[in-house]
Amino acid sequence: MIIPCPFCGERGHSEFRYGGDATKQRPPHGTGDLQTWHDYVFVFENPKGPHTEYWQHVLGCRRWFKLNRNTATNEIGGVA
Amino acid sequence: MTKFRRLSVGGRIDRAKPVSARFDGKLLTGFAGDTLASALLANNHVLVARSFKYHRPRGLMSAGIEEANGLFTIGVGAATEPNVAATVTDFVDGLVACSQNAWPSPAFDVMAVNSLLAPLFQSGFYYKTFMGPFKKSWMFYEPFIRRAAGLGVATALADPDRYETRYGFCDVLVVGSGPAGLAAALTAGRSGARVMLAEQDSALGGSLLSGSDAEHEAWGIALVTELEGLENVSIRTRTTVQGLYDANLAVLVERRDHLKPDARKGQARQVLTSLRCRTIIMATGAIERPLVFSNNDRPGVMLASGLRTYVNRFAVTPDKRAVIVANNDGAYDSAADLARAGVAVTIADHRANIAADLLARAGALGIAVFPGTGIADVEGTASVSRVKLSGAHAVSIECDVLGMAGGWSPVVHLSSHGGIKPKYDEAIAAFVPGGFAPSHFGAGAMLGTFGLGPAVAEGANAGAKAASVAGFGKTRPAYPPEHVSDRTYSILAVWAPPVETRGKAFVDFQSDVTVKDIKNAHQEGYQSVEHLKRYTTLGMGTDQGKTSNINALALMAGERGIAVADAGTTTFRPPYAPLTMGAIAGRTIGHHFRPTRLSPLHDWHARNGATFIEAGLWQRAWYYAWAGATPAAAYVKEMELVRSNVGLADVSTLGKIDIQGPDAAEFLNRVYVNGFAKLPIGKVRYGVMLNDDGLVLDDGTTARLSETRFYLTTTTAQAGEVMSWLEYLLQCHWTDLNVQVASLTDEWAGMAVSGPKARDALQLAFPDADVSSAALPHMGCRDIVFDGVTVRLLRMSFSGELAYEVHVAADHAIPLWEHILKSAGSLGIKPYGLEALASLRIEKGHVAGLELDHRNTLDDLGLGKMAGKDKAYIGKELRFREDCQSPDRWSLVGLELLEPDKKLRGGAILFAASDEIKGHGRGYITSVTWSTELGKFIALGLYQGGLKHAGEDIVAVFPLKNEQAKLKIVSPHFIDAQGVRLHA
Repeated sequence: MIIPCPFCGERGHSEFRYGGDATKQRPPHGTGDLQTWHDYVFVFENPKGPHTEYWQHVLGCRRWFKLNRNTATNEIGGVA
Repeated sequence: MTKFRRLSVGGRIDRAKPVSARFDGKLLTGFAGDTLASALLANNHVLVARSFKYHRPRGLMSAGIEEANGLFTIGVGAATEPNVAATVTDFVDGLVACSQNAWPSPAFDVMAVNSLLAPLFQSGFYYKTFMGPFKKSWMFYEPFIRRAAGLGVATALADPDRYETRYGFCDVLVVGSGPAGLAAALTAGRSGARVMLAEQDSALGGSLLSGSDAEHEAWGIALVTELEGLENVSIRTRTTVQGLYDANLAVLVERRDHLKPDARKGQARQVLTSLRCRTIIMATGAIERPLVFSNNDRPGVMLASGLRTYVNRFAVTPDKRAVIVANNDGAYDSAADLARAGVAVTIADHRANIAADLLARAGALGIAVFPGTGIADVEGTASVSRVKLSGAHAVSIECDVLGMAGGWSPVVHLSSHGGIKPKYDEAIAAFVPGGFAPSHFGAGAMLGTFGLGPAVAEGANAGAKAASVAGFGKTRPAYPPEHVSDRTYSILAVWAPPVETRGKAFVDFQSDVTVKDIKNAHQEGYQSVEHLKRYTTLGMGTDQGKTSNINALALMAGERGIAVADAGTTTFRPPYAPLTMGAIAGRTIGHHFRPTRLSPLHDWHARNGATFIEAGLWQRAWYYAWAGATPAAAYVKEMELVRSNVGLADVSTLGKIDIQGPDAAEFLNRVYVNGFAKLPIGKVRYGVMLNDDGLVLDDGTTARLSETRFYLTTTTAQAGEVMSWLEYLLQCHWTDLNVQVASLTDEWAGMAVSGPKARDALQLAFPDADVSSAALPHMGCRDIVFDGVTVRLLRMSFSGELAYEVHVAADHAIPLWEHILKSAGSLGIKPYGLEALASLRIEKGHVAGLELDHRNTLDDLGLGKMAGKDKAYIGKELRFREDCQSPDRWSLVGLELLEPDKKLRGGAILFAASDEIKGHGRGYITSVTWSTELGKFIALGLYQGGLKHAGEDIVAVFPLKNEQAKLKIVSPHFIDAQGVRLHA
């Protein structure tokens, strides 16, 4: 895969780390009960097809960003 | 009897350059331009191999990468490489080749007895026969079976050759240099695009190399000459495109054995290139497939295209007579070239109706054609002696060779690597690409276009399109040769053998799969293609079924009574052809396997008697020669030094993070379970972080340097993880917090000054600094300037003794370290290593990476009380989920060995005294050390229920060494539980 880092431009995926599902809203700090956090941490859609994920350019500028990626084809839809 | 000989003239070999090599210990001669296969045939080596399962005599069956029989072990000693196809091996001086899977020789092979036992050796027989009668039968029989059936043997010696990997970029990758590929490369090249032309053969030209048309050859040479003159075109021969991956990444492997690369001079034997391509043109050609009939595996039965290549390219011909069995027009090219070389040729054509012009052309060359005729059987064991025809002309003919022309299978592999399944084309009875990605193109035979003219037109078209997609403008297309005699391919699909078949009719020559095996698979219910493959091992050899897959597929479709198109195909996966592990590994071997991280103090350690140990990526000073010659002796002395005097240790591997900003205190207060909002300036605090799931992420210390600036340390193991986590929180979620983080792990060094005399040592080192307890109390910190350099003093202890950490920018680490040792030398200060460092912390009961196994809660580690009750922190909510509150969780305990003559080992499984010793036990030992202070072995561990069981005797079991020892559960704080020493 080639991932477009919003800061550095296109780079091979081996420079990045995957950071998980980015479609979920993190509960604001200090709020939310056990169930809210359970759902946030453990319950995922795991879709086949278009998805929005967190990635970090960990071996580059270290920027975290949201990326649209098709989980079935690895087609990159750009930075969300 | 099969006999081959070299023609005195002709061929694309260099007769001025004789080559000599060794085959099975004997001299083998040939010419430059030969392959091992052509040299073998030129010297009339017909029976050269034994088959995989039945040990049947085998000869070469092809002249290309599809070869299923002619596999040899190449090289000697450590450089041995098994299972190399002779057809793709350059014949070079000094080559050493040996036949395999035969003893004592292919001509007389003891294991050929398997052939008589053939009824036993049907597909699936292993599993049916050797699963009983007793449990583990298969385990017992397997080694014997594997020895009897098999390929060459890999050497156990380290590979002495050098392999390289590299990255590359191009606008247009053209795979294959046949007429379509040449036209594509030239057309794309003329646009100015960066073109890479990859050819697996040693020479460019593809099918032109096998042909006999002088005009076509000259046309090809003209294209190659122009290509070679273009600066933007790179040409790689002996280079196989092994796979295509996401975002047009192609993996190319180039073989350089013909150059005799010398590893000692840094020359690579193979080079693997990861090539990023804007566009890819597949001009991969097609492979001829065999027909299925009785004894179709006898030496001398070959692909007709192979015979054609041998006679035209290598000037190697069957001695006198050839029979060619055909089902399409392509066979007549092979027959004609053999006839021109003086061979008497008979064509048995399955088709009843054959085009008149073909018959006329055959007649003019004296070729006899039998329409409506197939092969009933092949006579001869060591090689073909006669063939019996079936059908309209059921006669018997004496011959040297039998050529099979069963139709052409497009090489669709690369087009399928991205997940697009090939589709069946009824008109040519073959699979063609099911489609292409937008930046991929196909041309020529791989699309099922078998004529030269149309193939060149497709190539030129693909070249222009690819250049355009890659962003290049006008180009001039390459044109085909003036005279091309394109005609229809007109194939009659023939899959099943004639009804009178009596002997074995092979479908997969390499895996010894016959028609009968496919019928068996069908009967047993293994009817889908994927099941068929796994049941019979069809297509699982090193040739990956290049000649066998479609025949098998069609035969199974026939058994099931469905159309071939409906039978589906197996999945094509990289690599396209066998490749060496060396090429994949490249230079990432030995200590280059992963990066090595060195402390800024590494060179000092190396110069001063340190023995190193790997800790993750780090090389760390394990122990020093001053303390002893073995780790067991040295670390105890080093511990004694710290407990009684003062020692100096390198702690530079700790993660170090600079945190700045108006909201830095708030940020830390959120990520740590304990409070950091009110940490006073000049103080250090121990902190623990949880993940969102409530489990412990890491522990460490954080010093407050100013209102807005903190200095955080992590464990060595989690440094990268914690840094990424903090960045994630700040960049993705808490964007309202004004905080910046920067890693100082590599930029700063740390050293621990530990022991009762640590303050004296520090005072001697920094005489101008006030390091009294009043000025620098326990958990205090201060930056001082020494010799013009900022030095950070942090009073904190990992060992449990009075201790300080001294941090400084990496460049100044060695001078400062030497300064401390020198100025405090009168006290007897000496360095201590990782083993002592880790042992001291076990005595103190500090948890570290071994205990923090990503499954513990705060309470498991005895740290529950640290968490703020009234503050919010990450992981707080899920920390209290039911499972994390269970009283039976594996929790931190101290352990004392009760049997002094025994040993404790990390990883030992813990059982209660009354337990049966079985299964995963109730916990395990995480860390072990000899306690100098207690005079016994002690350990930390995780145990079900933890300190609830304090005082109980339990058992540690280490099954690998069959050891058991009695232990007692105690507090993990073995020394100075009150912390008196820390505050001294």
